[in-house]
Amino acid sequence: MLIMSDHSKSSPLPTYFAVFIALLIGTGLTVYASGLDLGPFNAPIALAIASIKATLVALFFMHIKGASEKLTKLVVIAALFFLLLLLGLTMTDYATRAWS
Amino acid sequence: MPDSSTATGLHTEAHNPALLHHFAEPQQQRDAASLGMWVFLATEVMFFGGLFCAYLVYRLKYFGDFGAASKTLNVTLGATNTAVLICSSLTVVLAVWAAQSARRTLLIGSLGITMILGLVFLGIKGVEYNDKFVEHHVPGASFSFEKVPTPGHPGQYADPHHAQLFFSLYFVMTGLHALHMIIGLGIFLWLLIMACKGRFTPEWHTPVEIGGLYWHFVDIIWIYLFPLLYLIDRHP
Repeated sequence: MLIMSDHSKSSPLPTYFAVFIALLIGTGLTVYASGLDLGPFNAPIALAIASIKATLVALFFMHIKGASEKLTKLVVIAALFFLLLLLGLTMTDYATRAWS
Repeated sequence: MPDSSTATGLHTEAHNPALLHHFAEPQQQRDAASLGMWVFLATEVMFFGGLFCAYLVYRLKYFGDFGAASKTLNVTLGATNTAVLICSSLTVVLAVWAAQSARRTLLIGSLGITMILGLVFLGIKGVEYNDKFVEHHVPGASFSFEKVPTPGHPGQYADPHHAQLFFSLYFVMTGLHALHMIIGLGIFLWLLIMACKGRFTPEWHTPVEIGGLYWHFVDIIWIYLFPLLYLIDRHP
């Protein structure tokens, strides 16, 4: 019977707890890094840590990894692509407005 | 109607009762539900994306003023709330796993703890909002942000108008996030009632799965809001 999906054949609990610990460590790390003077790198490091945390949540908690349907992955990539368009094209305007 | 009873008899033999008629197999039914939720979450990405975009534009334009305004937020409470949401995400995956593996007590417990953590988050948020009202940092007629030094520029003070813009974005972004939390609590209350009635089985627990997707998404939004609002220009 096709009742259980692929990712639940072996227990996923160790993975869940490992991701949970990693997310808590990431939170501690980002608070610690914000207290250091890293010059222009403070914001990129904070955003990099946030993106790693978000990726962990999406891959393991939201089951993107091991999703049987490729369409789901396509929707996620499309959402990120359009977000990038929104931010990227807006900044090509604002970042080059030397006259304002 | 003898014909229809024969048809029903054939129907139950050929089909899993948890499987809707228009799907070929349970896996297809589950994939369709989760794909629909992901499409909704993609629209949510664009919804919040507009606010993140506005934040990015004004943060770069009024860099020091945003830094000064951000420094007035309470990092301890913000970090605590981040941890609270991460814990709630763990209880949500435990709930989904419990539903998959027919562990009803764990399912009900996980859903209940998730709701408690969601309420703790909103409570801490309320304390933070109250602090902002007391300090007159809420945009509007009584807004006051006088003589607050700009980080990295000794002797300079932040422009109150630009700082007010930061607090406008702060309240809209965290407020919209809090609204999503409140909706999430409503969804989880419904899931809890359904779980107590024993409606979820390993064959059919789609609401737990896609409700969980929603909750994790709201967690991801906060994962970005926390450093962008609380942690810019923290260093001495």
